[in-house]
Amino acid sequence: MKQVTAIIKPFKLDEVREALSAIGVQGITVTEVKGFGRQKGHTELYRGAEYVVDFLPKVKIEVAIKSDMLDQVIEAIEKSANTGKIGDGKIFVFDLEKVIRIRTGETDADAL
Amino acid sequence: MKKIIAYIALAAGLAFGSNALAQDKPAAPAVDAKPAATAPADPAKRAAAVAAPAAAPAAATKPAEPPKPKVDKGDTAWMLIATALVILMTIPGLALFYAGMVRSKNVLSVLMQVFVCFCLIAVLWVIYGYSVAFTGGNAFFGGFSKMFLAGVNADSVAATFSKGVVIPELAFVAFQLTFAAITPALIVGAFAERIKFSAVLVFLVLWFTFAYLPIAHMVWYWDGPDAITDAKTLETVTAAAGWLWAKGALDFAGGTVVHLNAGIAGLVGAYVIGKRVGYGKESMAPHNLPVTMIGACLLWVGWFGFNAGSNLEANGTTAMAFLNTLVATAAATLAWALIESFGKGKASMLGAVSGAVAGLVAITPACGFVGTMGALVIGAIAGLVCYWGVNGLKRMLSADDSLDVFGVHGIGGATGAILTGVFAAPSLGGSGIYDYVANKAGDAYSIWDQVLIQATGCITTLIWSGVVAFVAFKLVDLTIGLRVTEEEEREGLDVSSHGEGAYRM
Repeated sequence: MKQVTAIIKPFKLDEVREALSAIGVQGITVTEVKGFGRQKGHTELYRGAEYVVDFLPKVKIEVAIKSDMLDQVIEAIEKSANTGKIGDGKIFVFDLEKVIRIRTGETDADAL
Repeated sequence: MKKIIAYIALAAGLAFGSNALAQDKPAAPAVDAKPAATAPADPAKRAAAVAAPAAAPAAATKPAEPPKPKVDKGDTAWMLIATALVILMTIPGLALFYAGMVRSKNVLSVLMQVFVCFCLIAVLWVIYGYSVAFTGGNAFFGGFSKMFLAGVNADSVAATFSKGVVIPELAFVAFQLTFAAITPALIVGAFAERIKFSAVLVFLVLWFTFAYLPIAHMVWYWDGPDAITDAKTLETVTAAAGWLWAKGALDFAGGTVVHLNAGIAGLVGAYVIGKRVGYGKESMAPHNLPVTMIGACLLWVGWFGFNAGSNLEANGTTAMAFLNTLVATAAATLAWALIESFGKGKASMLGAVSGAVAGLVAITPACGFVGTMGALVIGAIAGLVCYWGVNGLKRMLSADDSLDVFGVHGIGGATGAILTGVFAAPSLGGSGIYDYVANKAGDAYSIWDQVLIQATGCITTLIWSGVVAFVAFKLVDLTIGLRVTEEEEREGLDVSSHGEGAYRM
């Protein structure tokens, strides 16, 4: 099993969700986050005061999947979240040790 | 003990600062009273037209007998509405304007300071403020004859700027109350986000008593025009008036009394209390600019009561002040947005509303004296100068004036006061100085001389208010302390000073 975490542009969330649903991903967790990569931040001016805003708003999505779906999931996110401009985000892949469904006690693949 | 010494020092400082200046609202009656009649110069028409009808019957009969004062229902209604409009400026207008510009953890503290300041001064005003500002005493302080509004009742009347026209004194008391209340509230922006609530209140009482009241008296106090019939009576009335009024300083609605006065006190406060924790390192960006925009718009609407109401009557000059207030503000907004686009690349919302307030401030002393085109120029200049006030000048001063009270109100007030001397000139479309002896606008008008008088007014206010503010801040610092602790400041004054939070989301 794998856990895929992707940082994407907030306005791309719906497209990514649709793309993942289309390939059979059952659940997604979404978090609003802030951060920066190569895109860096921007400058805001309030009268004479200038503030560099380093952290830009992004959306973090997390999905837990069976290992054999990994390539499909990566491809789906990559395609749907892509704008071709700096700041599109990144995808991180982790091995997932164990999954438990709280309601039934099912584990691993059954719980996904 | 320290406190007593400080009080003595304060009193001494006040006596010493007797340099003052004066500005007054309507026309400076005294300075060059030339009884010689001249044909009404066209720019002077408006002002002349106002007073002429009332004065005519008197002149026809016996010049020595002033016309019988008359209370007009329209004037009274207008003054009460204008008073309510000035309240709209303060709470909610000014409070929201400021509240949007602070961080979300301090929004209630600023709202609370403005709100309670308003109430505090309102109470002090009827106890002793009105008497000290608006009764005869000496050139710098009024007397105590109307303490607790003694003798002021529904039948009392107050003079206006037209002979034979009076308004109920209680309306005048209420109207001036709102001016007295908004002025200290303006100062709150300078030391926002770090001052103790109790320190604000004690400071405001001291500053109101020893800076606002004397300056209002110096600039605005006079007996009214009714007794003026010739050069001699004019002299008598002038001699009894406030120091700056007698000098002929023009301040229609409070460029120096209100804005410069509050601006310099704010700057002194910013120095004495010190910078906010993290100033220059952490982001202190405004937390809610839409709120600031709403506040600025309420200020603008309320300002019609402030400026047009300052004519104390409902007539042509009132309409002139109204229109000037409208167009100067628009011009200042455009000027600020333009210079910001060129200077920084983008025109900001905060910039636009700051420009509007700068224009409002600058037209305040001028609105009843200048023509519409003069108002446009004053507004545009104020937008540019105040832009510099919150950028270049602010960096030079290196004080943490949180909400730019000095940059906008101090600089805007001084700019307006000086430019009033320029654009009040009949040759530039202004109404000149009204001559109550000839009952028309005087012909002689020297821009340079008037500008010097205006500058005297500004300098007197700067010194007087600055010294009083410094002493008052130091007194408060030595007794109850000005600042909250660093932990309280980091936590935010909403929770640490008031035990509540603004937003639950």
